[in-house]
Amino acid sequence: MIKQNIYGGVRSFRDKIFALDFILIFFVLLLGIISIFAMYSTEQGKFGYYTQSHLYRFFIFFILFIIISFFRIQNWYKTAYLFYFVILILLFAVDLFGVVSSGSKRWINLFFINLQPSELMKISLIIFLARYYYKIPTENVANLKYIIAPLFAIFVPVLLVADQPDLGTAVLILVGGFAVIWLTGFKFKFFLYSFFILIFLMPLGISFLKPYQKSRILTFFDPERDALGAGYQIIQSKIALGSGGIFGKGFLQGSQSYLDYLPEKHTDFIFTLFSEEFGFVGSTTLLLVYVTIIYRITTIGRQSRNNFARLFCFGFASAFFAYVAVNMSMVLGLLPIVGAPLPIMSYGGSSMLSIMIGLGIVMSCKVYQDEEIN
Amino acid sequence: MLSFAETFQSKSKTISRRMFILSSLKAAIFIAIISRLFYLQISENIKWKTLSDKNRLREWRTVPQRGIIKDHFGKEIAKNTQVFQLHMIPEDVPNLESLFFRLSKIINFDKRTQNNLIKKLKKRKPWETIIVSDNLSWEEFSRLNLFLHEMQGIKPVVAVARKYLEDGSSSHILGYVSEVSVKDLETSSLLREINVPGLKTGKNGLEKSLNEGMIGQPGLQRFEVNAHGKRIKELKFIQGTPGKNYRTTLDIEVQKYAGELLKEKSGSICIMDIYTGDIVAMVSSPTFDANKFVHGISTKDWQDLIKNEKKPLINKSIAGLYPPGSTIKPLVALSALENDVISPNTLRECRGSIELYGHKYHCWKEKGHGVVNLREAIKQSCDIYFYEVARRLGVDRLAITANKFGLGSGVLNILNEERTGLVPSTEWKMKNIGKGWVLGETLLAGIGQGYYQVTPLQLCLMSAQLANGGYKIKPKIIHDEQTSQLNQDVTDEIFKQLYRNKENVKFVLDAQYGATNEPMGTSYRSRHVKSEYIFAGKTGTSQTRTITAEERKLKLKQKDLPYKRRDHALFTAFAPYKNPQYAISIVIEHGGTGSSTAAPIAKKIIKKVLDRHKLRKKYQTDLFQEV
Repeated sequence: MIKQNIYGGVRSFRDKIFALDFILIFFVLLLGIISIFAMYSTEQGKFGYYTQSHLYRFFIFFILFIIISFFRIQNWYKTAYLFYFVILILLFAVDLFGVVSSGSKRWINLFFINLQPSELMKISLIIFLARYYYKIPTENVANLKYIIAPLFAIFVPVLLVADQPDLGTAVLILVGGFAVIWLTGFKFKFFLYSFFILIFLMPLGISFLKPYQKSRILTFFDPERDALGAGYQIIQSKIALGSGGIFGKGFLQGSQSYLDYLPEKHTDFIFTLFSEEFGFVGSTTLLLVYVTIIYRITTIGRQSRNNFARLFCFGFASAFFAYVAVNMSMVLGLLPIVGAPLPIMSYGGSSMLSIMIGLGIVMSCKVYQDEEIN
Repeated sequence: MLSFAETFQSKSKTISRRMFILSSLKAAIFIAIISRLFYLQISENIKWKTLSDKNRLREWRTVPQRGIIKDHFGKEIAKNTQVFQLHMIPEDVPNLESLFFRLSKIINFDKRTQNNLIKKLKKRKPWETIIVSDNLSWEEFSRLNLFLHEMQGIKPVVAVARKYLEDGSSSHILGYVSEVSVKDLETSSLLREINVPGLKTGKNGLEKSLNEGMIGQPGLQRFEVNAHGKRIKELKFIQGTPGKNYRTTLDIEVQKYAGELLKEKSGSICIMDIYTGDIVAMVSSPTFDANKFVHGISTKDWQDLIKNEKKPLINKSIAGLYPPGSTIKPLVALSALENDVISPNTLRECRGSIELYGHKYHCWKEKGHGVVNLREAIKQSCDIYFYEVARRLGVDRLAITANKFGLGSGVLNILNEERTGLVPSTEWKMKNIGKGWVLGETLLAGIGQGYYQVTPLQLCLMSAQLANGGYKIKPKIIHDEQTSQLNQDVTDEIFKQLYRNKENVKFVLDAQYGATNEPMGTSYRSRHVKSEYIFAGKTGTSQTRTITAEERKLKLKQKDLPYKRRDHALFTAFAPYKNPQYAISIVIEHGGTGSSTAAPIAKKIIKKVLDRHKLRKKYQTDLFQEV
């Protein structure tokens, strides 16, 4: 069956290879290589555990990304709901049998891998909504009948993830979901209303937050209030970034990370480490790599003949953007510190898997851009 | 109703339009992120760089090596030696209690020291090294090294500490160093500037007076440290400047010998070069072991020192005040001769006592000396004769001479515990007591009693300035550029002639020769027969109380009196008599009479000093060649 999918259609395999977007592949590869060097730097220039497993993961998931590219877009359309529900079940399973690590229950032990379903939910929700809205005409989008299912599809996983607790991922899932709804042409005023409602509900929402989450938000407004406790991460991150200057301190020379002042440098603060070592020039270059990737995803979406692919690509591009923007804003002190990894750069298997699946689907949109969905 | 294709088209347009809006938003957010990056990394770069360095760099100041104090011959009398210490890095200790328990089995580490240490720990950063014990014995140190592998976070260290000569004869002059206290920091801006953990500062004596020169400048070690305070690598090392060394005028051999002679006694010996003013020896007894203060004296030892009625902590040579007694008689005689109130031939009959102004005044010799002239009066120390001399001279003229010869003012002016003593005059009494001078008091002044108060060193200076023929000298204890310069510049002040008629000085010196070397002289029994040791001196016995008529009748012997009420024994001398070099003063508190207690000590110490004279001069020339 897989064989049939790959070789399906009238085109030869060779045509399909040429149909790949090599610019996107190049930049993903580039990002991967940068991330391996960054990881090497977090280990003070040793080819240690983190660097090794990051390298292996990137290698495996990159191949997966290419393989997924040849899956027919129609198969993604067909399996969209199944994919979503499998992940949702996994999320429930995390709640029941999850692995607790540093105070939160995010992982599920699948014997061969510790999976973080919330990361995969980021991508499956976008597919789910893309399929859901594919059939609904623009005029009917705001119809109450058609809004209930998407809202459930978004808020059930968001609440589950927020309860883990993992505020960062919950927010990113939410943003991805709303991005798709926005794209379908859902009336602007509804977004405005829900924004105001959100503002009004904020005090209520805050009362549900865990104490550490509250202190993170308070710390965001004034990091110095607890410089050695809750404010430590953001202060050290800003010191590392700011001391980088224009050209940075040089590869493997970032004293803040080298000397352990920078926390979570493998995961959420990898951009800080990169920026400390390569400065403003390096950071903007890295940002440019991300911009190019997002731009390519958007272009693929635009060139796509069916609206499922289009919705998915645009939705994924927006979500991808949100991941990058939230992570960078966080380490730059523009947003409170919530756990949000930087796509591909940050250490973490589930996050990379999710991104690579997303990129794979985007690529299959490119390969099969002229196909209709029946 | 729109066709499917049209619906598709319009939907596709909606999506694209919406995406365009979203993309604009993305662009705006990316621009915001880049602006933020620009702001942090370029505009505020210096601020964050400073903070990064503050994180990364930590500086440790190293204790400078303290300057050394040497004696005249270059022998170190306050030096720096190796000590064994135990340091601890609190953050590396897994369990403080069990470590303390273990340590208490290995080294002397009682509950009180432990508690003190815990108190100190609370004020320190966990990565800062703390000194657990700063003076371990070799046994403790080796035992510690044996068990070291069983304990974490401690480190045996070989460090440098101050070491003084053990006999204590120089303890008073040198003083001692100890931990810098809050009070030290308050009073000294230098200490505030250079204070580093483990720095010791002079608390007393020369250690205190010369502290600023001897303390040196601390070095600096700059390390890169990680977030856990661990030193990763040394980035910079600036060697500290060791403190200045000082060479004193003291002869440590004479010091030691003098200390031995004073053992079990309470008193002082001062020896001075009568031409250079160099202090050869200055010993106060009883003494203390200055080394005990370096590592923090124990409460018991401290209590023993302050409760001792012989006051071991006081430097009696410069801070002990005594009535000069008969040792002032040569000066009184000189003053009287200079003022022409008497002549050497003036005769007076001594019957043991005399009635003057309605009071009865006694001579020390109950039977009296018979008819005596001035020379005999000095030689036999006749009080009756000197009552008459004083009566003719008057207290104010005596005060002028006394001040000229160094009484009533500081001698060294380098040690802050030095006292100036008292030379009474009519004006002084009016000003300070508010009463007019009574003639009886003049008589007492004539035999060095009453208000007269001198330090042993002042007596030594007085004797030196008589012995050198009556010239002013500037006593000193430190050989340094300053004093040698002083010698050249202020020549008019130094070696200033203190007499009017040279014969008068000669007469007084000759009378002292008589007192020591002729039968009937007060210190005749303590004379040297060998010509090179022959010296001349004057005894003194100063009363610490008024002798009542009953006591006089009982003829109480000194040893029958309670210690505190016994007389002070004094002796001043210069040697050798021909071509004199040194002046000496000895005071034995509550020691009985000058001739029985003080003079025999003088005999011994003079021999010692003269034996070393040639050697001393050899080193003196060396010094001048150096300068």
